[in-house]
Amino acid sequence: MQKVTCDTLVAKACELLENGTVDRVLGWKNGEFVYDVTPALFTTVDDIKSEFVFNDFCGANFSKYLIEETRKTESKVLVFLKPCDTYSFNQLLTEHRFDREKVYALGIPCEGMADITKVKAAAGDGITAIKAEGENLVISTLYDEDKTVACADMLAERCMVCKSKKHVAYDELLGEDGDVIDSNRFDEVEKLEAMTEDERFAFWQNELSRCIRCNACRDVCPACTCEKCVFDNPESSVANKAISDSFEEKMFHIIRAFHVAGRCTDCGECSRVCPQNIPLHLLNRKFIKDINSFYGEYQAGAEAGSRAPLVDYTTEDIEPTDAVLKGASDNA
Amino acid sequence: MQRIGVFVCWCGSNIAGTVDVQAVSDALQNEPGVVFSTNYQYMCSQAGQDIIKNAIAEHKLTGIVVCSCSPRMHEATFRKTAAAAGLNPYMVEIANIREQCSWVHKDMPTGTEKAIILGKAAVAKVNLNAPLKPGESPVTKRALVIGGGIAGIQTALDIAEAGFPVDIVEKKPTIGGKMAQLDKTFPTLDCAACILTPKMVDVAQNENIRIFSYSEVEEVGGFVGNFDVKIRKKARFVNEDICTGCGICTEKCPQKKVPNEFNLGMDNRRAIYIPFAQAVPKVATIDADYCTMLKTGKCGVCSKVCTAGAIDYTQKDEIIEEKYGAIVAATGFNPISMDKFDEYAYNQSKDVITSLEFERLTNAAGPSAGKLVRPSDGKHPHTIVFVQCVGSRCAACAEKGKEYCSKICCMYTAKHAMLTRDKYPDTDVYVFYIDVRTPGKAFDEFYRRAVEEYGVHYIKGMVGKVSPEGDKLMVQASDLLANKQLHIEADLVVLAAAIEPDKSARPLATQLTASMDTNDFFTEAHPKLRPVESPTAGVFLSGTCQGPKDIPETVSQASAAAAKVIGLLAKDKLTGNPCVAASDELMCNVCSSCERVCPYGAITYVDKEFRMPDRTTRVRRVASVNEAVCQGCGACTVACPSGAMDLKGFATKQIIAEVDAICR
Repeated sequence: MQKVTCDTLVAKACELLENGTVDRVLGWKNGEFVYDVTPALFTTVDDIKSEFVFNDFCGANFSKYLIEETRKTESKVLVFLKPCDTYSFNQLLTEHRFDREKVYALGIPCEGMADITKVKAAAGDGITAIKAEGENLVISTLYDEDKTVACADMLAERCMVCKSKKHVAYDELLGEDGDVIDSNRFDEVEKLEAMTEDERFAFWQNELSRCIRCNACRDVCPACTCEKCVFDNPESSVANKAISDSFEEKMFHIIRAFHVAGRCTDCGECSRVCPQNIPLHLLNRKFIKDINSFYGEYQAGAEAGSRAPLVDYTTEDIEPTDAVLKGASDNA
Repeated sequence: MQRIGVFVCWCGSNIAGTVDVQAVSDALQNEPGVVFSTNYQYMCSQAGQDIIKNAIAEHKLTGIVVCSCSPRMHEATFRKTAAAAGLNPYMVEIANIREQCSWVHKDMPTGTEKAIILGKAAVAKVNLNAPLKPGESPVTKRALVIGGGIAGIQTALDIAEAGFPVDIVEKKPTIGGKMAQLDKTFPTLDCAACILTPKMVDVAQNENIRIFSYSEVEEVGGFVGNFDVKIRKKARFVNEDICTGCGICTEKCPQKKVPNEFNLGMDNRRAIYIPFAQAVPKVATIDADYCTMLKTGKCGVCSKVCTAGAIDYTQKDEIIEEKYGAIVAATGFNPISMDKFDEYAYNQSKDVITSLEFERLTNAAGPSAGKLVRPSDGKHPHTIVFVQCVGSRCAACAEKGKEYCSKICCMYTAKHAMLTRDKYPDTDVYVFYIDVRTPGKAFDEFYRRAVEEYGVHYIKGMVGKVSPEGDKLMVQASDLLANKQLHIEADLVVLAAAIEPDKSARPLATQLTASMDTNDFFTEAHPKLRPVESPTAGVFLSGTCQGPKDIPETVSQASAAAAKVIGLLAKDKLTGNPCVAASDELMCNVCSSCERVCPYGAITYVDKEFRMPDRTTRVRRVASVNEAVCQGCGACTVACPSGAMDLKGFATKQIIAEVDAICR
């Protein structure tokens, strides 16, 4: 159950639209199913009042939308940012990807978003309604009686290991700000590191072989913002939209992880949108963990304009040979 | 489509002995784009180069592949050949079939197969080569010498003599380095101070030389011809311009218990000090770690006695920014720590000393005023044992010591032994050695004099243990030639400690992007043919920072480095490397990764207008490379997440084509 209600956000959005601070609002509206909440752009108060939603399924990170939005007009766009979204927001600012002046950022608190896979597993198919009641979700289905499940049990993986309830960027904050959390998000990575090479290869082959190369992970990723993606280059022989060989299994996601290394804020959108439930965030987290151990703690997006260790150079930097040795012993 | 010529070199039997050169040129004849293929005994010879030139004209070649030695050896040669025949020099590719084939393979089929594969890769690359034109960059006519020992002094003097301004950065309060601490110098036995201090004065008086003493290099940016250097001038709390070096402050300072590093801690100095009488600049320095005034705010004696009014307790570190065309590393050496050598009881007995300490003990300006006495009781030692190779020539697996020979110890030990016998004939002198190494002009004669004329006992064998017993040192050693164990009751033991590069060398190398070996000696561009240049353009090496050497060798190398610097500074313009980065502006997404990762500051961002499909224009910031500044390191091409950055001459496409050719 979110602390900030949909009504509060609607009221705030209408206020800012009416007083002319912004002329567009990036928000969420219902999709085909109740749990299928979709990002949407609102331009009128009426639309907001009738369609705007905010509930436990509003996981979408709007930061990346700002690149296109701020190119459209000279006026401001309102964006709602959960704490984790603000890291992506800062990272994009660091990379000069959008014009800060054209954004009105409203920080909203977040109690963690639900994972529909977990909800479906608990309540079965044919979900017709999900209502938040206190610490629980009440789920109605076509086939069965209403089921009540604890919100805490339905949390998405990225929210269970939430790294921060603190907003690192905003123009205005709704509710109270939280703190950076001492998250145990690297536990899963450590399990992978503990595996033998063969076990790890088998693990990833099993996961990645399910990839249908829908490119959703890339399209949603706030770090994947190239003007022209290498995977869209028809001459590159890797621009397929369908799985045609073992490239997806072996290379696609690893190349992507390399491309976003040092820039990934661990927002977890890649895993959220993956229709095949591949734990893509683990690849990125491994990079984050390595960067932390090689160069000292670094959180991409924690500070706009910060110099990331991979694109910075200090005399204290680890020697490449030592990094290789350390990497080898970590993965022994 | 390119018209490519392939030229396979035999290199006498160097290549042809292990590679079937005819088979290589035949196989490459059929590669895409190749219109001519031949082989010849020495492609780099005049006749060989003529074959290339004629083929370019006759077959209207647009690119050539030379299968020969490493491009480091002859790429420049063949580029010139191509240019002479009217071909763009960057249409030349070298397939290294000597170092990578004939020298590393034993049988002809393997060597030949690999040579053909490397040739195919080079052909695949040339097919995608484009003519390149190098840019030019100006040269800042000023040199920086880092380190003010004899190496730095000689280099600076030579450069200054040629008319170019030079700055010396020395981290100690005075220039002079290790040589200033020595007593006499082998093999002529002239006193170190007598030959060094006049040079120090020359440096001070030379109009072209500025000395930044008590200073360190803080940051190095830029590239050959155009280095930007920040120098931290540490606060010495004395105004250098006013201080006359009279030394009254150093006599009146009440803080008397500061270990004197110039005498290696064998006596004390004051908190305000001038390291030695002939220091340059002859200016006092306050040691902030010991000065009562700076620590507690109470004292101020030096300020009261200074008639010049030079004391300034509020002085702060100062950062000096200067541009240089060339940088010379002359960071020198130190004896290694004896902490790990417990068997010699260095830390247990004051009478076990290092050779450098022995130098100070015998130096007239040293702690004992030149009288050879035991540090423990001031008595004259009657038996002295010199131990050579302490920490030198250790096994690679040994946890202490160095694998290399420190080179100077045999000679200075012979000198110490000889001088001791000369001055104190009643003293027994033993020298334990593994080998005595005395190559060098008048060196072996010198050593033989020590043995034959001065009766020094040279014993082949290592000392196993030194144990202090009463006021004696019991030395246990083996005499390998007589095959017996020796027990010597010594008064003084002198350890010829290995030398290692100064600790400041590694961080400096990182700043200079100069490479080092595993022992932290600077690596030269070529061990034989370019011994005073570092592989980084514009960075030169002088003295022991490059490897162990004695004074004559150091001075020769220092002058050689100066000659190279002068050669560089004499140029008005440097021809750049056209293999620089370029950004595909349509792909660039402004993320600035390239700008941040660029070690040369070659990348900036500019606003550019782009026509959009809907016929509007959009202004986007895009990366722009300053080709004069770019050194073609390729860091940006790796950092660029969108693949917009590419390196001319080494484009990703070309590299992939090479890999494809190899895998085909």
